[in-house]
Amino acid sequence: MLLTVKNLSKSFLGSRALDAVDFDLAAGEVHALLGENGAGKSTLIKCLTGAYHRDAGTIALEGEAIDPRSTSQAQDLGIGTVYQEVNLLPNLTVAQNLTFGREPTRFGLIDARARTRLAREMLDGYGLDIDVNRDLGAYSVAIQQIVAIARAVSLSGKVLILDEPTASLDAREVEMLFKVVRDLRDRGLGIVFISHFLDQVFTISDRITVLRNGRRIVTEDTARIDRVKLIEHMLGHALESEVEARAGAAAPEKGGRPIAFSFRNIGRQGVIEPFDLDIHEGEVVGLAGLLGSGRTESAELLYGIRTAQTGEARDANGPINIRNPRAAIAAGFGFAPEDRKTDGIVADLTIRENIVLALQASKGWMRPIPRAEQNRLADEYIEKLDIRTTGREKLIGELSGGNQQKVILARWLAMNPRFLILDEPTRGIDVGAHAEIVRLIRALNEKGMSLLVISSELEELIAVSDRIIVVRDRRHVAELAGDQMTTDTIVRAIAAPDANPEEAA
Amino acid sequence: MTYKTFLASTAIVALTTGGAFAQVIGFSQIGSESGWRAAETTLTRMEAEERGYDLRFSDAQQRQENQIAAIRSFVAQGVDAILLAPVVETGWDAVLEEAAEAEIPVILLDRMVDSSDDLYLTAVGSDLVHEGAVAGQWLVDTVAGEDCRVAELQGTTGSSPAIDRKTGFEQAIADHDNIEIVRSQTGDFTRSGGKTVMEGFLQAEGGGAGICAVYAHNDDMALGAIQAINEAGLKPGEDILVVSIDAVPDVFLAIANGEANATVELTPNMAGPAFDALEAYWADGTVPPKFIQTESTLYTQADDPQGEYDTRKDLGY
Amino acid sequence: MIFPVLRRVAPQLITLFALIVLITLIFPSFLNLSLVDGRLVGPLVDAAKRSAPVALLAVGMTLVIATKGIDLSVGAIIAICGASAAWAVGAGYGLGPALLIALSAGIACGLWNGVLVAIVGIQPFVATLILMTAGRGIAQLITEGRILTFTDPGFAWIGSGTLLGLPVPVWLWFSTAVLMALILRRTALGMLIEAVGINRRASALSGVNARVLLIAVYAVAGFCAALAGLVVTADIRGADANNAGLWLELDAILAVVIGGNSLLGGRFSIAASVIGALIIQTINAGILLAGFPPEYNLVIKAALVVVILVVQSPSLGGHFAFLRTALLSRREARHAPQTEEPKP
Repeated sequence: MLLTVKNLSKSFLGSRALDAVDFDLAAGEVHALLGENGAGKSTLIKCLTGAYHRDAGTIALEGEAIDPRSTSQAQDLGIGTVYQEVNLLPNLTVAQNLTFGREPTRFGLIDARARTRLAREMLDGYGLDIDVNRDLGAYSVAIQQIVAIARAVSLSGKVLILDEPTASLDAREVEMLFKVVRDLRDRGLGIVFISHFLDQVFTISDRITVLRNGRRIVTEDTARIDRVKLIEHMLGHALESEVEARAGAAAPEKGGRPIAFSFRNIGRQGVIEPFDLDIHEGEVVGLAGLLGSGRTESAELLYGIRTAQTGEARDANGPINIRNPRAAIAAGFGFAPEDRKTDGIVADLTIRENIVLALQASKGWMRPIPRAEQNRLADEYIEKLDIRTTGREKLIGELSGGNQQKVILARWLAMNPRFLILDEPTRGIDVGAHAEIVRLIRALNEKGMSLLVISSELEELIAVSDRIIVVRDRRHVAELAGDQMTTDTIVRAIAAPDANPEEAA
Repeated sequence: MTYKTFLASTAIVALTTGGAFAQVIGFSQIGSESGWRAAETTLTRMEAEERGYDLRFSDAQQRQENQIAAIRSFVAQGVDAILLAPVVETGWDAVLEEAAEAEIPVILLDRMVDSSDDLYLTAVGSDLVHEGAVAGQWLVDTVAGEDCRVAELQGTTGSSPAIDRKTGFEQAIADHDNIEIVRSQTGDFTRSGGKTVMEGFLQAEGGGAGICAVYAHNDDMALGAIQAINEAGLKPGEDILVVSIDAVPDVFLAIANGEANATVELTPNMAGPAFDALEAYWADGTVPPKFIQTESTLYTQADDPQGEYDTRKDLGY
Repeated sequence: MIFPVLRRVAPQLITLFALIVLITLIFPSFLNLSLVDGRLVGPLVDAAKRSAPVALLAVGMTLVIATKGIDLSVGAIIAICGASAAWAVGAGYGLGPALLIALSAGIACGLWNGVLVAIVGIQPFVATLILMTAGRGIAQLITEGRILTFTDPGFAWIGSGTLLGLPVPVWLWFSTAVLMALILRRTALGMLIEAVGINRRASALSGVNARVLLIAVYAVAGFCAALAGLVVTADIRGADANNAGLWLELDAILAVVIGGNSLLGGRFSIAASVIGALIIQTINAGILLAGFPPEYNLVIKAALVVVILVVQSPSLGGHFAFLRTALLSRREARHAPQTEEPKP
């Protein structure tokens, strides 16, 4: 084995990020590392590259124990890394980037001609026909990635770690990158490949290791692994379809209700492929998919955070404008974002102010909500949603995550929206609050509000949704309703190599 | 013919004929940071025109490298003399030596350099200490032995005009115990600075009752002080005497209507004495003294202030 | 309504009061007030009048800083507006149009800053640095490099006139501050500005029009700078493009900081900033009255500012509280019967 990791453990402030993980990498193989957020992938990588120092365990490179203390040490040992965000300097030339830190010199000065020659040699065999003396920033992200790889390979030359290298590439560019990866593999490098895109993992990798909650779940040859099993490993669901609790099954069929909103061909290049979506009055539509699959991106297009390049939205009265959040709000939309801290709460304002914020913004600054009315609204929702606080004038930043989420919900409920998008409404929330928020979603739904819920918690999604749309590799690939809505079918749809859900089910 | 085409065509003529026509004089000016500087440029041009010189003007925009480049270009053009108002004191040796090798006389205007004095023909400038002394002497003569408490408006703290004008004034009143500086603060050479500080002085000295005269290091501060005195309900020029330095046009208006009493001129006409020295040098090789001090003329209400205003108002102050 | 405002500005009021007491101890006539020809005169009135430029700037600067921004260009805007007003009066447009031209120029400068910050996306520090550098040049172009004087008594009245016994500049900053505070707190503007300053993205996702708010805030700062420019110009009856408002942006920022507003944006108090401006001017007045040589001016001012900021700093407040409880508990320990070893 080229690289052997045994019993690697790492803790942060008492919580175990890696728990006795084993991992190995052969020369001439591409080994994919999979896992949801927080599974421990990046911690493992950072231990390998010296960015973190492990608490326990051994790392051996070509049979010799190593102990890298910094990324440059790891580089010298032979372990190079290329990140999703290219960490080169776009305002330097390709040649300067490639030779940075070891410029060829003559009489103590940089020899520009020798540098150009060296840079060309380094890029030889990558199939790039580019001018090495142009600024790196002038080239596409894919070419920048390959330049970064060329630099890492020539610096290190044994192990290459690719951390989400394809996240911002299109299909043709991915193919170009994969060709480079295969060539390097054939030259005998060991390559660790990290990606959220399952299809790509199956295309390029020889072996797959799945991490979950800091533990290694499985390592298997790609040819022998079953997609459904793989997803189960990642999500941690033991799929027994016969015991599946289908809370939604009891719910009345809502397809007969009038359509509240209809979205046609909504899409944006590099974000999500155009999709259609109809939402009925009082319906809850769930969006399922792995992280980075395009779930949040779909919601962002619907709410106008990113402007859709194609498509249109209509309600019962005709076309509606969703070009930006303010327009979407005017059309009766609301959005509780996934990242509460940066996108949701206004930390230094009080609970009261956070609750009335959207309502006030929609009324305009000239028509202030009277203080008595603000107090009434705040008190009403503090009671209704059981927000645990000493009073409405407490700063929202001082509340727990669950209570913050309830305040964000209150902000939208005060608007009485027609269509509410909830992105991971229960993430990072303790169990008690969790159940309350699920109950709340059901209650809203009964009041006739239409909802779009995004969640990684499949059981929870099934429990609240009337219909579930599965997103994979930035495409809406399946729609499940009624009896089809089981974790089993969802996982199969996420795992299916092509877009046909019936086949997968 | 516009000035520019004139300059361009004479440059060619001068190069091809070796200056057989008018005397060509290069002038490297610091910039146009103040009204006084603008007036100096105007007067230099007027003097040159009167004497029939061909003046090549170069505005350095406060940068020494521009001045060095300008002097090199003057040397290359083979001008007959160079006027230099140096932006800083140091770093002139090399370029002055180049001019000396080309046997082109250099005359410094208004400011000094730290180079050896055989690298320039002479320097024309005013004596800042002397200016302060002239103002002080005026006050000594005017109060004629009566007690007088003086408020002083200093220039920007640490600047050489502020230090020297203070020194000169103090020297002039040193032997006269009846005159005493009771308040002294910086007004930063600005009108609003002069006004603000004067207001404070008036309050600190019993509403102005304790002040008999104001000595301002420049006219702008004096003009600000005059407003402050007016607003305190006193009559500037009568209740409180006002004397300052520079002789900018606006102060003559104040002198004309009796609100200011005297100003000491810092003449912007440095070129006149410089050209006089040059002419003598060219005529019979008379070597002028190394420093030519311009006159620090005193102007009072008796010196036709309105007329002085009229002659100065278009000089670019 | 009044009580929370008072509690917010209490540290600033106490500081101001302490300064006045300090100066009065050294210079007893500081508190002298007399009525001359129907107008109040005295060092305190003068200090209030001299505060006008910085107080006016502080009003606008408070809003800009509340949005996590900064406006370095207000000093230059003073020069531009002063120059345009003096030019317009001199060119015979009459007082009304001249004031209108100056105020429009100020708002236009503010809009320029706002567009650079909110739409082009340049950092406020850099965006306003552009006008800070260029603005004085623009003013010099208007005045053609000289001090543009005027004689219009109406314009001069803005700088040195009296209204109901008080100098006009005092009325000007007082009414601007009160009016602005009322507009901000009686409408939802204040809260929306705070929300944008604390978390622009979250506010935008909640439907707050952050762009328009940002542009408006810089426009208000430009308007306030224009008012300050009128006062400064009217005061000396001349527009001095080189010196009008020079470095005043720094005094305005200092006033906002002394007013206890965070440079990181969010919660703000206009009243506190304006009192901050009064504090700065009181320091200046005290230095002037004390009659130290001018070489000491800046050192004394800096030392006083340091003391004020340190005393107001919240972390130090914590230390004081800790000290107090420590002293109290020690006293109690001493009074308590010494039956066991005192625990550390």
